[in-house]
Amino acid sequence: MPGQTISEKILSAKSGRHARAGDVVVCRVDGALGTDGSTPMALDYFEAMGGSGVHDPGRVAFALDHYAPAPSRHTAQLHQRMRTFAARHGILVWEVGEGIGHQLMVESGRAMPGGLVVGADSHSVTYGAVNCFATGIGSSDLAAILMCGKIWLKVPPSIRVTLSGALPRGVFAKDIALALAAELGADGAAYQAIEFAGPAAARLPFDDRLVLSNLAVEMGAKNGIFPGLIEADADARYAREVFIALHELVPRVALPHQVDRVVEIGRALGTPVQMVYLGTCTGGRASDFHQARDILKAGGGVARGVQLVVTPASRAVLETLARDGTLADFIALGAVIGAPGCGSCCGTCGAIPGDGVNVISTANRNFQGRMGNSAASIYLASPVTCAAAAVRGAIADPREIAP
Amino acid sequence: MTGRARVFGDDINTDYIITSRRKRESLDPQVLRHYLFEEINPCFAASIAPGDLIVAGRNFGCGSAMEVAVTAVVGAGIRAVVARSFARTYYRNAVNNGLLPVVCDSSGIREGDPLTVLRAPSLAVHNERSGEILAADSLPAIMWAIIDAGGLVPYFQKHGDFVDARETKE
Ligand code: SF4
Repeated sequence: MPGQTISEKILSAKSGRHARAGDVVVCRVDGALGTDGSTPMALDYFEAMGGSGVHDPGRVAFALDHYAPAPSRHTAQLHQRMRTFAARHGILVWEVGEGIGHQLMVESGRAMPGGLVVGADSHSVTYGAVNCFATGIGSSDLAAILMCGKIWLKVPPSIRVTLSGALPRGVFAKDIALALAAELGADGAAYQAIEFAGPAAARLPFDDRLVLSNLAVEMGAKNGIFPGLIEADADARYAREVFIALHELVPRVALPHQVDRVVEIGRALGTPVQMVYLGTCTGGRASDFHQARDILKAGGGVARGVQLVVTPASRAVLETLARDGTLADFIALGAVIGAPGCGSCCGTCGAIPGDGVNVISTANRNFQGRMGNSAASIYLASPVTCAAAAVRGAIADPREIAP
Repeated sequence: MTGRARVFGDDINTDYIITSRRKRESLDPQVLRHYLFEEINPCFAASIAPGDLIVAGRNFGCGSAMEVAVTAVVGAGIRAVVARSFARTYYRNAVNNGLLPVVCDSSGIREGDPLTVLRAPSLAVHNERSGEILAADSLPAIMWAIIDAGGLVPYFQKHGDFVDARETKE
């Protein structure tokens, strides 16, 4: 019998049977996240299922992140409902302003190596960076977890993405992810797991792993997992192999309105931008803001006519920025600082771009209407490429702006 | 299951199926059904007839995992989506809400074609206009059990847990 991939190993351990790609298994989950986008509906399902007690409340956390702070009476009521349910059943709530649920799952250690950790939000794949099988589920799945602590999962075949070499100056994890998105396409990994491998993957800083795992879902992947406590067998079977030589990469931009419409920076130069968004579960960590700040300062600040919006992924990130002076730098640069959370990412709260506005963002999605206005166009890039665009008022090559 | 094909293209994301804007106002499928696909075809929702089947290309339901993108479709009386491929969260949510996801080569299906979804001897779609029978990917037993129950809610009302280990075999 051939060996197993990381995903097959974890799902074997969690289902108590030898799981192979294609099997459908019922697994006990180690952790589950519900957001204010998905939990209210899960509570409807839970009630309709006849749920009374929560199976294992200690494994569940709710994040108030998509509507933070609540922009309407209706969304404020959704928060109230979640708080009431959580208090009754002993479930942890991450309050408004504490940050994006995915970031908090990682910061709090609720996503653990070798675990099966799910979330009722597609970017739950982010936790693959810590070597857990992490995937997005629906509200009905979350309700089933509240009922019985279990989930059905189809064991995915895996695509092995081997990283080699080192990133050149001005090129970052987001550029690797966009290169991979262009290679695989928006559904190129559908129903499959992405398993990162190779010496460069092992050397990659943790924040960079989070970016790659986070964006795996934009290629349709069920998870994006890094080796760690659980490693693949040497003779594991892969559906496909992809090799990326990091030293050959250049900065990249995803053009509106598809994440796999990726071009090298040279082909997007000069596109005017009126709004720059730094934040989200992809690009809202301290290292992202440090990199962006350095470019902004080196470039002499934000160009006239550009709105710079900064939204840290969590309060811990905001605290770091406050302590190390980055926050003061951004304030001096004229940035609008949003409460930690999803902010402008999906148009549910925070700044919304105007008609005809070009936005460049560190986010993971650029569908038409994504930021709350279908008459705006969204470009996606790394924090430094976004910062370079803020400096020039147009898409620019960050390598031409020191440092 | 027989119905009229309502054809969409590739990469139809959940925001196109139902916008987050509408979702903010209500989660009720009977409200949301009136705004189905409004971003790409504002007249679509009003033209849905009972039994209509959605037909799409690749990667149907990509983007956000929001489940209203399924319940709004179910709420409109649509019982199956036929597509070349689905985003996995949409596929999951479909099964969990009793909406049958049919994966087959949908490229020859035209708007308005009369379709019949055949379950035996294996899952397939019969296009009565062209006479073609399109073989579809089979579903594991546990998915049929959930779909036949009408989704996870009636399934859990009945069982209270995932039951029968045999269901977990492909
Ligand atoms: S930051 Fe954006 S992508 Fe991440 S969870 Fe929030 S809305 Fe989703």
